Amino acid sequence: MTERDASARPVVEMTGITVVIEGTPVLHGVDLRLFGGEIHALMGGNGAGKSSMVKALTGAYRVDAGEVRIDGEPVALSGPAAAEAAGVAAAFQDVDLCGNLSIAENVMIGHEERRWYGISWRATRRRAVAVLQELGLGELDPKQSVSALSPAIQQLVAIARALVTQPKVLVLDEPTSSLDADEVATLFRALRRLREQGVAILFVSHFLEQVYAISDRITVLRDGRGQGEYPTRELDRAELISKMIGKDLTELRRIGSERRAHRADPTGEPVYRVVGLGKRGDFDATDFELHRGEVVGLGGLRGSGRSEFGQLLAGVVRGDSGTIQIDGRKVVLSSPAAALRHRIAFASEDRRDGGIIEELSVRDNIVLALQAIRGWARPISHAERDALVERFMESFDIVAPGPDAPAKQLSGGNQQKVLLARWLATRPHVLVLDEPTRGVDIAAKVEIQARVAEMARDGVAVVFISSELDEVVRLSDRIAILKDRRKIGEVSNGPGLSVDTIIEMIAAADEDDA
Amino acid sequence: MSTDARWSWLRELIRKPFFWGLIAIVALLALNVLKDPNYLALSINPVNGNLVGNVVDILRASAPILMIAVGMSLVIATGGIDLSVGSVMAVSGAVAMVFMKEAGESGSLGAALGAIGLALLVSAVLGAVNGVLVAYVGLQPFISTLIMMLAGRGIAKVITEGQNTSATNDPFRWIANGFVIGLPVVFLLAILIVLVVGFVVRRSALGLMIEAIGINPKASRMAGIKPNGLLLTVYILSAVLAGIAGIMSVGTVMTVDVSRTGYQMELDAILAVVIGGTSLAGGKFSIGGAVVGGLLIATLDKTIVFLGISSSATPAFKAIVIVVLCLLQSERVRSWFVQRRRPPQGRMTPSPAPVKQENQEVTA
Repeated sequence: MTERDASARPVVEMTGITVVIEGTPVLHGVDLRLFGGEIHALMGGNGAGKSSMVKALTGAYRVDAGEVRIDGEPVALSGPAAAEAAGVAAAFQDVDLCGNLSIAENVMIGHEERRWYGISWRATRRRAVAVLQELGLGELDPKQSVSALSPAIQQLVAIARALVTQPKVLVLDEPTSSLDADEVATLFRALRRLREQGVAILFVSHFLEQVYAISDRITVLRDGRGQGEYPTRELDRAELISKMIGKDLTELRRIGSERRAHRADPTGEPVYRVVGLGKRGDFDATDFELHRGEVVGLGGLRGSGRSEFGQLLAGVVRGDSGTIQIDGRKVVLSSPAAALRHRIAFASEDRRDGGIIEELSVRDNIVLALQAIRGWARPISHAERDALVERFMESFDIVAPGPDAPAKQLSGGNQQKVLLARWLATRPHVLVLDEPTRGVDIAAKVEIQARVAEMARDGVAVVFISSELDEVVRLSDRIAILKDRRKIGEVSNGPGLSVDTIIEMIAAADEDDA
Repeated sequence: MSTDARWSWLRELIRKPFFWGLIAIVALLALNVLKDPNYLALSINPVNGNLVGNVVDILRASAPILMIAVGMSLVIATGGIDLSVGSVMAVSGAVAMVFMKEAGESGSLGAALGAIGLALLVSAVLGAVNGVLVAYVGLQPFISTLIMMLAGRGIAKVITEGQNTSATNDPFRWIANGFVIGLPVVFLLAILIVLVVGFVVRRSALGLMIEAIGINPKASRMAGIKPNGLLLTVYILSAVLAGIAGIMSVGTVMTVDVSRTGYQMELDAILAVVIGGTSLAGGKFSIGGAVVGGLLIATLDKTIVFLGISSSATPAFKAIVIVVLCLLQSERVRSWFVQRRRPPQGRMTPSPAPVKQENQEVTA
């Protein structure tokens, strides 16, 4: 009886939530219920309103219509402090820790242990360690500075910070986007423990399998509207995906089969060739070639040196050994600017930090690299600029209030498309894409993959880096296998090749080493 | 419909960050008119046909501030700051005065041009030192230009051997005190230079790139922008504009006082930029805003003198005006007013995250 009561009354009940940003509604009357002792997944594509919903719940957005009840009581979440007082704590996708403060300081910030004489740092650290232990991070030195930690550990520290207040409701926005399998398992153990303690957990993620592994209930959003709430057990994956994107998955299959049909062994001289390129501590000296219209995937696990190799290839980081040849001529790539002038573009995996310039308009973001190549003294004419921007916004299907809107107003997937447009506007011969589909929803993933295939068809040599090996296999003509910061082999893609083949190669190399 | 179109420019203006600066200028002038109804009166000097009046005085006084405010707005847009502009003014003034004193010919146009050329060259060198320290050595702009701020006064003293130096040169004096078509040369010159700088910055891609590196230096580098050359250019430009301000400033009295010329002008320039709506965090900048800010500072200075506010109360009066202005500009303060006037349901204005607003507060 009591159990049924608990399930009958949700801890959080959001009804008819409407949020309007700058005159554009981003949520239209969305409902969300969170129950104590349950993990509730919020699913939806980019721009579906997941983040807005999270912000409404954590007090970062003002709710323009609708009601939020916590434990049955209507509450006004006027700001993060009000949300915290109501028992809502959150950890966000973009880790917002203070890099120069210690782990303990980050975890306990705002909740330091106070005594009559002020803050007791010893007690503060002790409590930080206790919270960290819950997440399986007991061995961390709480005095260590956060900037020295890997992104994964930082993410866990951010979650630890949310747990300090012992919240009734824990909101996790994309907590696993930078974690590897072990770390995800650690996090999930901690989440299950919290669930047993009766915490209501809202889990926002793009990872389908993780959602099925951990969640009890799913609410689906699309275009700022609720698409219903389902017990996870009763909603199969295909149904979920079709609710999220509103269309089927044949597009992905089409890309795969088209790529296979078009696939041909490279002929002629490579457009780009490196001999013995490497940098001590980053990547072992490696030979590598690219041909026109070829997609070469870099297959490897996290930490295998995928990004490092990509950055070396694109001149973002300068190698300390080896030579680079473009069309048979030796060149020195001393900076991204030099690489761009040689028509080599690099799309960073870090969209916010190394990609989009948030306050600038979509238009300026798209033309930036092209303008940089031309130099400031030769501005792109308005007519040329507008034509370029219009063409890309249309062909990439960029959803934005308009070309003048600041890029920060766009969803992650659309920002990624703006960046692809930026690099394509420079008409690159070689394009290195580092995790172009990270943190974007399935619909945007499909579109981005379709664009990559299209670029290759137009003759661009693409280096494709992704932690999702199935993407690498789907798109690549050739796959360079990386491991422990060196290239351990290359395979031509073909009907016989699958994700498992690559994993086997990586594992087999292990045995060779042993 | 037609009324909508007619008023749309006004709505556009109100949304500009420097709108409240304009209002403040009008309010200060109104305050002066209250004291003296003839404050705004302009008359024509019957002897030489020049305009005479308080407003003309304000425009003349604003010229050096406009120069350094425009330079400062570009430096601030890159995410930096230039504390050395006041000292560079003193150096430039000192170089010009000493050159003309040595040249000795009071009517010589050549001596005036030589003095200006040399003063601007020395200013550019000082700016280049700032730029190299910031861009290539990687020192923080605050520190680099603080060093130059201290060193500059020293250099000026060395040039003048510690003496207040006067010279006589009519063409040089004309820059600060002359009139063309009834308007002061110095103001026309300032406006012309602002227009040229604005044109170059906005018609080329310089402005876009300055904003890009100010907002996100890493992403800008990835996009192929080379920040070093840009930073160097911007610091040199700021110093040259400060050099021009120095020439304007010493030209009025044909004397350089190395401890007074340009004294604390860097603070006026920073205030002008902030009033104009450029964020001290870097990024988006507004040259029009810097001009409004510069005009406001000049109006404020003249008003203080005109109202006879005692010199000891001057800083406080200035501070109050600027604080009120910053409050009016702050999005958060304005949203309080909006909320009070209208029920929250009807609002179509943004309700951004408070976290974001903290940034905007810095802007204001």
